[in-house]
Amino acid sequence: MDRALFPDGVERCSFGKFALWMGFVTAFFLFGLYAMILIFAKGIVVTGLDNYFGFGLWITFDLAVIALGAGAFFTGFLKYILKIDQLKNIINLTVIIGFICYSGAMLVLTMDIGQPIRAWFGYWHPNVHSMLTEVIFCITCYCLVLIIEYVPLILEQKQLNKIPFLHHLAHNMHVNMALFAGIGAFLSTFHQGSLGGMYGVLMGRPYAFREGFFIWPWTFFLFVLSAVGSGPIFTVLCCTLMEKMTGRKLVDFKTKALMGKIAGTMLTVYIFFKILDTWAWANNFLPSVGMTFDQMFYGIIYGKWLMFTEIILCGLVPAIMLITPSIRNNPTLLYTAGILDCIGVTLNRYLFTVQAIAIPVMPFDSWQFYYPNWTEWSTCGMIVAYGVIVMSLSYRYLPVFPQERALNK
Amino acid sequence: MKAKEFNIKWGMVIDLDKCTGCGACMTACQVENNIAPMVDASNKLRTLSWMLVYELSNKKAAPDAEIAYLPRPCMQCGNPTCVPVCPVIATDKNEEGGIVSQIYPRCIGCRYCMAACPYHARYFNWEDPIFPKGMEKTLSPNTSVRPRGVVEKCNFCHTRLMKAKDKARQEGGNPEALADGAYMPACAEVCPTGAISFGDIKNPEHKVHELAKGENAYRLLEKLGLAPQVYYVSKREWVRKLGDNYAATGKAGAEKKHS
Ligand code: SF4
Ligand code: SF4
Repeated sequence: MDRALFPDGVERCSFGKFALWMGFVTAFFLFGLYAMILIFAKGIVVTGLDNYFGFGLWITFDLAVIALGAGAFFTGFLKYILKIDQLKNIINLTVIIGFICYSGAMLVLTMDIGQPIRAWFGYWHPNVHSMLTEVIFCITCYCLVLIIEYVPLILEQKQLNKIPFLHHLAHNMHVNMALFAGIGAFLSTFHQGSLGGMYGVLMGRPYAFREGFFIWPWTFFLFVLSAVGSGPIFTVLCCTLMEKMTGRKLVDFKTKALMGKIAGTMLTVYIFFKILDTWAWANNFLPSVGMTFDQMFYGIIYGKWLMFTEIILCGLVPAIMLITPSIRNNPTLLYTAGILDCIGVTLNRYLFTVQAIAIPVMPFDSWQFYYPNWTEWSTCGMIVAYGVIVMSLSYRYLPVFPQERALNK
Repeated sequence: MKAKEFNIKWGMVIDLDKCTGCGACMTACQVENNIAPMVDASNKLRTLSWMLVYELSNKKAAPDAEIAYLPRPCMQCGNPTCVPVCPVIATDKNEEGGIVSQIYPRCIGCRYCMAACPYHARYFNWEDPIFPKGMEKTLSPNTSVRPRGVVEKCNFCHTRLMKAKDKARQEGGNPEALADGAYMPACAEVCPTGAISFGDIKNPEHKVHELAKGENAYRLLEKLGLAPQVYYVSKREWVRKLGDNYAATGKAGAEKKHS
């Protein structure tokens, strides 16, 4: 019944099936919405956070989706600035994923702060020395850029595009996309870095603190690198998942493998520096504050296995897999490496967020545990559901994949 | 990074050999600063205790077992890690005397400062303060209550500093050169054993000036370089050793590298 709205020459499932799917996802969304309303009404006292764990699942989730959403700015940069033309096959998808990740993260942040009504204070009374201020500014600006990049895609919807004004608007926006891609790359690099900087400046938290270059601690650069080392492959994974669900080919494997190569190259650079950094941290910094590597870990929940999983299994291994052409060109192995890569960056963000503040620094203090409760999980679930809804609508009605027609002949 | 210096340095020297762990300082602090009793205070990671007494143990079996108590206010760090991180300048160290401020109407409750402070000196208001009927009559008129969603911490009873300065002005004295004892936080005043001394560490006429220089005086986590304005004193070496991390070197008094 909504066939007239489909992009030209492609097949989509029946409206009934689509409605069923949307209903299923909306149920998750509504459950999260209920938790969100509860949080706004009663405050974050309903979460599992406490005075030891001021940061928890939400901040981890935010940092992880922002890193995984990095496919948007980095692919944009490669496509529009470095002119790697093949990336046009997947660029729309990276923009949508980026938009979902950033808008979702911003929504989570408004829940996370104790006084959501004061969220705008970040612009009104900015502390220029705070990495968080930079994050607030860059994330909002970059989210605007993503909207600007997303809008022409919406305007290209078959029916909308028949309106001459919208058609020309979309065209003109496309013409200037390189400019926005440039601004986006700049903003995004900075806040990816600032997110790392946020932890690197914590001189009271030996797990996170790092020396650095000028005002930027090493974590600044490591976060940028790990984001560009995982964002592109996350887009590939999303694309593959969509292909599996819809049964249609959306992007040719060559483009996916290229994204894998890009992510792999950056991941290799990242993991090289990450290992150096970890080595220097364990051998120089920690002893200088009287602490040892062993003191940074505890039991199973805070065990060393986390760090080894992060750096070796989900860092070094996928890096090697992605830069080796014979492995990368095998779909199963490419996706496996991609999944490991994404787990690695998420784990990294988790460790910097939760492990870093769980470690007792005062010798007479003790390890504490943090369990996110249902309100935190369900609101994160709400963001995921929101993403799935936006993605489903975009896939059904917008010309997201330029190759789709040719690939499904 | 260098610690921020002022002409006056309000500081505390706490004698851990005198502290009996009675908790009077904690109570006095709650009363002075209008901290509402919680309906359910069973989760100690959610209570508000600007001043918190920790129990230290030498971890030995009887008859060598020993314990000590360590009251922990905000250290009013000379190089506070909580201040530069705040995105909205809701906390600052910019007033003569060096007390680290907390501006409740400005704070957005992001809790970044809490993540920054290794002393756990900062507390979040999980709920709006509700005082049981009748208790509102006992509230201190000098201290504002804080709404849900903002962070708070010890400020050395800053309103008492204001009062002491006013008094000095009224009596024709110099508000920038208060006599020893003219300004006392509630905890220091109430401590029954006199374990908490308070004053201007830079002023030779104040008792804390000498106390902070004593051979058994130390500060918590000095190696991190936060330069606290709170000092501790103990004649017992094991107590002093618990003031910092020595696992890496094995001995007390390791080289301080970061300042
Ligand atoms: S003790 Fe903590 S809250 Fe107080 S000034 Fe130092 S870092 Fe800030
Ligand atoms: S919780 Fe308040 S005081 Fe602390 S960093 Fe955030 S805005 Fe600043």
